[in-house]
Amino acid sequence: MQLSHDKPSREQKRLARKIEFHKNKELYVLMFPYFSLFFVFTVLPVAVSLVLAFTYFNVLEMPTWAGWENYRKLFFEDDVFMVAIKNTVLFAVVTGPIGYFAAFLFAWFVNELKPKIRAVMTLIFYAPSISGGAYIIWRLLFSGDMYGYLNAFLINLGITTEPIQWLQNPTYIPIIIILVQLWMSLGVSFLAFVAGLQSVDRTLYEAAAVDGIKNRWQELWFITLPSMKPQLMFSAVIQITSSLAISEVAMQVAGFPSVENAGHTIVTHLIYHGSIAFELGYASAIATLLFFVMLGSNLLVQKMLRRVGT
Amino acid sequence: MNAAKPRPQKQKSLAKRLMNVIKPANSLNRSVGGDIVLLIVMLVFATFSAYPMVFIISNAFKPFNELFIFPPQLFVRNPTLDNFIDLINLMADSWIPLTRYVFNTLLITVVGTVGHVVLASMAAYPLAKHTFKGSEALSKIIVYSLMFNASVTAIPGYVIMTRLGLIDTYLAIILPAFAFSLGLYLMKNFMVQIPTVYIESAYIDGGNHFQIFWKIVMPLVKPAWLTLTILSFQALWGATGGQYIYDESLKPLSYALSQIAGGGIGRTGVVAAISLFMMTVPVIIFVLSQASIIQTMAHSGIKE
Repeated sequence: MQLSHDKPSREQKRLARKIEFHKNKELYVLMFPYFSLFFVFTVLPVAVSLVLAFTYFNVLEMPTWAGWENYRKLFFEDDVFMVAIKNTVLFAVVTGPIGYFAAFLFAWFVNELKPKIRAVMTLIFYAPSISGGAYIIWRLLFSGDMYGYLNAFLINLGITTEPIQWLQNPTYIPIIIILVQLWMSLGVSFLAFVAGLQSVDRTLYEAAAVDGIKNRWQELWFITLPSMKPQLMFSAVIQITSSLAISEVAMQVAGFPSVENAGHTIVTHLIYHGSIAFELGYASAIATLLFFVMLGSNLLVQKMLRRVGT
Repeated sequence: MNAAKPRPQKQKSLAKRLMNVIKPANSLNRSVGGDIVLLIVMLVFATFSAYPMVFIISNAFKPFNELFIFPPQLFVRNPTLDNFIDLINLMADSWIPLTRYVFNTLLITVVGTVGHVVLASMAAYPLAKHTFKGSEALSKIIVYSLMFNASVTAIPGYVIMTRLGLIDTYLAIILPAFAFSLGLYLMKNFMVQIPTVYIESAYIDGGNHFQIFWKIVMPLVKPAWLTLTILSFQALWGATGGQYIYDESLKPLSYALSQIAGGGIGRTGVVAAISLFMMTVPVIIFVLSQASIIQTMAHSGIKE
């Protein structure tokens, strides 16, 4: 059976052709429901966004052509957008890489444990990212009155006498958003790492020990990382996409709009122009820009990761 | 002879026994010092991770006076169910009863999740096990679609929903959830590893692709179903309906949560109670399906 797969006989070739002929129709039928929805709700919106970005559109009237006007306004007249870009880059550059390395590091730690404890630790690290709106609790921890837990702690220690308005202070807002985002960052990519580490071929480690690998760091660098390249690439995609889209946490923690726009990101800017100001053309220009930024940075990082170990 | 010998295993010190519990599964190339450092670092961050959750659990059971003592306490001293009773009373007084929000969330979550698992599996089988015209391109599009998220498609999404007449219907949340791309991606990668021989022999035995998909492939990818289930469940469980649902009686539970949370400091206990409920359900589902999820995620990698 195995052998015959290497060299297909004439009989098998004939069968293969027959299979080829018959299978396609049914396969397309199987894929149709998913892909029709996928095209309507994912591919089409991207295309519509590309076009709407060149129009003036307020929902009530038909869109009118505006050319590059939206983009020109975005870059040369919209000061708030510049703040949004600055914040988005700050959040992405800090939470993206740290979240990525933390996901790997803790997956690697967890992998050292015995299966039962490993399951418990995986749950503890993963839980923040699945617990729905539970991050609302951070508002209470950083609450500006003396019942805010951080304030109570600081007052108790005598570090301050007055409660600090954490969530109203533009200096602290970005730090708090980054902290909460990092708290939630061990998500799907963390699970991918935990799973990837468990599926690394054990015999590689034994062979490495014989070949003179002395400690866990060398083992990580020479054996584990190269065997996990596909997971490294997958998790990078997840992490980059989510760190560029930070908005929900920023709005819930710092308020919307936040004090001096300290928690304003490209996505919250998009939400403002799309859902509140009803400037759909303008919002589409923001969305289109974000689409290319996300895709571009993902493809760039994929290119870099591809080079790991080659 | 045996009885006369001392049995060292019985005299293990506490430290040794502790080490045995936490000892790494793999002892090659591992120093004891390194193990201890690693465990300490891990415990520090596990505390950071768990602290807010413990806080919610504790607050949910605190009586009113304990919520507002200074300095605030992490653990509850006299646990009570007051906050849960308040929550139910609060929602009973509101225009839309709590049960209606629960029903909306359950309906959206269950229908959306089941539909997603079935449709994504149906689409994953051809992509994973067959090559045909367009198969390469479709697989690539799915990978590209992981590289941007829903915030990019929100505005045109709204325009499309309006055109389709789906605003203010459950379908506005459910239909896009069916076509969630991470699910198809994971399912496809998991199906790739099914031996092709199984499918070929079933074909020779006269099965068509619908039968092969349903009777042979689906039973083999059970771990992936559970993974798609939890990922889709999480996304839908937390959905607020935002820009698609304006009718109050159709809004989901997490919308009610954010409304209550906006109610100020006096609602601290009630917010903790509803947050606890919102987080308990996905956590329980994850605990029950963890092993299957890890098994699926092992195949999550992007191959070159």
